Amino acid sequence: MKKNNIPQDKSALENYTKDICYALDEKGNYTTVASSGWEVKSTALDVTWNEIKERISNIKNKVIEGEVSPILFFMEVKLMDIKTLAAYTGFWSWQVKKHLKPANFKKLSEKKLQKYASVFEVSVETLKTMELDENKL
Amino acid sequence: MKINFNHIQTAHCENGVTVNLLQHAGVPQITEPLAFGIGSGLFYIHIPFLKVNNGPAISFRTMPGLIFKRTCKALQIPVVRQKFRSKEEAQRVLDNCLKNGQPTGCQVGVYYLTYFPKEYRFHFNAHNIIVFGKEEDNYLISDPVMEDFTTLSSYELERVRFAKGMLAPKGQLYYPKATKSFDEKLLQFAIQSGIKRNVRDMLYIPGNVAGVSGINYTANKIRKLRDKLGVKQAGLYLAQLVRMQEEIGTGGGGFRFIYAAFLQQAHQFIANDDLLKISEQFTQSGDLWRSAAVQASGIYKGRITAQSDFNEMANYLDEIAMLEKNAFKNLSQIKWNN
Repeated sequence: MKKNNIPQDKSALENYTKDICYALDEKGNYTTVASSGWEVKSTALDVTWNEIKERISNIKNKVIEGEVSPILFFMEVKLMDIKTLAAYTGFWSWQVKKHLKPANFKKLSEKKLQKYASVFEVSVETLKTMELDENKL
Repeated sequence: MKINFNHIQTAHCENGVTVNLLQHAGVPQITEPLAFGIGSGLFYIHIPFLKVNNGPAISFRTMPGLIFKRTCKALQIPVVRQKFRSKEEAQRVLDNCLKNGQPTGCQVGVYYLTYFPKEYRFHFNAHNIIVFGKEEDNYLISDPVMEDFTTLSSYELERVRFAKGMLAPKGQLYYPKATKSFDEKLLQFAIQSGIKRNVRDMLYIPGNVAGVSGINYTANKIRKLRDKLGVKQAGLYLAQLVRMQEEIGTGGGGFRFIYAAFLQQAHQFIANDDLLKISEQFTQSGDLWRSAAVQASGIYKGRITAQSDFNEMANYLDEIAMLEKNAFKNLSQIKWNN
C-alpha cells in the first residue's frame, strides 16, 4: 500500500487515538502513517454491534416470556460467555448454566444474586427487573 | 515517581511493548518491524470448532507473548516474568519495579480498559501496556497503540490486570533486564533465525488449519458459508473475519505490511538483495488482504449477496495463500553468508 492511499475515514477511534499504518513512501521505502480509520473496518464493527444489540433484545423478550432467566440477558449485555461469567462470579460453569433457567433463578439466595449483580454492575433489584438504560448498552 | 521513559506509538501492542522496553534496556536499534520479524510474528491459524463472539476463531499472528519472549531470547537479554494469585502482591511487586526505575510490561484485559473507545472493548485478555510511574493513586501508562501517555487509577489497573476468562492475565508483569553493551552481530543472527522460524511456522506445520494452508482452509469454509448459514449470518461471519484481520491489534493485512517493512530493515543489517524482492511480495499480499476485506464488506453491508460473491472472496484468500507460500519458499532459499 502507498502512503497516499492510507484511508482517513471517520471511526470510533475519533477523540481517542489514531491507527499506525505501515505504507510505502515515494521511494518505495516503508514508513508509518497515522490513520483516523477505515470505513471497511468500522462497518465490520458496526455490523457486529448491531448483531449484539439484536441478540440482547431477543433475549430480553425470552426472559419476559419466561424461557430464560435475566442472567442470560446481563451476560449478553456484558458481552460475556458462560466461562467468562463463571470466572468473574466464582461459580462453576455448570452452576451458571443452571442459573440460566428461570425456575432455578427464582430459588437463588440473596447472596448469590448479589454476586451476579456486582459482576453486572447493577443492583439486585435491577437484576430481577432488567430495567436498564438501553442507551448505555 | 516517574521514570524517564520514551513512548513510541506502534501498530500493534506487543510489538510496541517489546520496542519500548528494549529501547529502555539498551537496544536503541530495535524497531517495531524488527521486533515483529525477530519474534517470527507473522502467522495464520483458523481454529476449527472454536467460536469467538459467535464468529470464527482466526488469528493472523503468533501466540500472545511469543514476540516479546523470542525477541529477547534472540538478543540474549534475560527476561523477568511473574504471575500472581494475590492482587495485593501483584501491586506490591509492580510498585517495587517502579521504585527501582524499571518500566514494566503488564498483560491486561481490554473490556475494563477505561481509556479505550467503548466500541472496542470486548473480553480480549492479551493486550499489553507498560507502566512507567505512579503519581498518588494514578499509574502512568504507556499503551503502545495510543498516541500519547495515559493513566489508570490503582483500582482500574488492578481490574484489567486481573481480568478473567480466556487467556486471563493473572496480574502478569514482565521486563527485560538491562544490557550493558549490545553487539550488532547478534542482531544479524537474530534476524536470520527469526526468518527461519517464520518459514517453518507458515510452511511446515502439519495439518490444514495453520500456516498458509490455513488460509486455504478458511477459503473453503467461505465457499460453503452461504448455503450453510444464510446470507445474513454469513455476512456476520465475514465481518468477524475482517475485524480479526484489520482491527484486533492492527490485524492481518497490517501484519503483512509490517513484515514487508521488516525485510526492508533486515536488509540494512544483512546486505542480501533477495530480502528487498521478497519484501515486495509481502506488500502484495497485504494489498490483497485489503482487497479481500473490501469484498467482504460488500457482503456484510448486504450490497452483494450472490454465491459468486462468496466465491470471489474465497478466491482472494486462495491467491493470498499461494503468494505467501511462494514468498516464504523464497525466504527459505536465501543463502546466508555465515
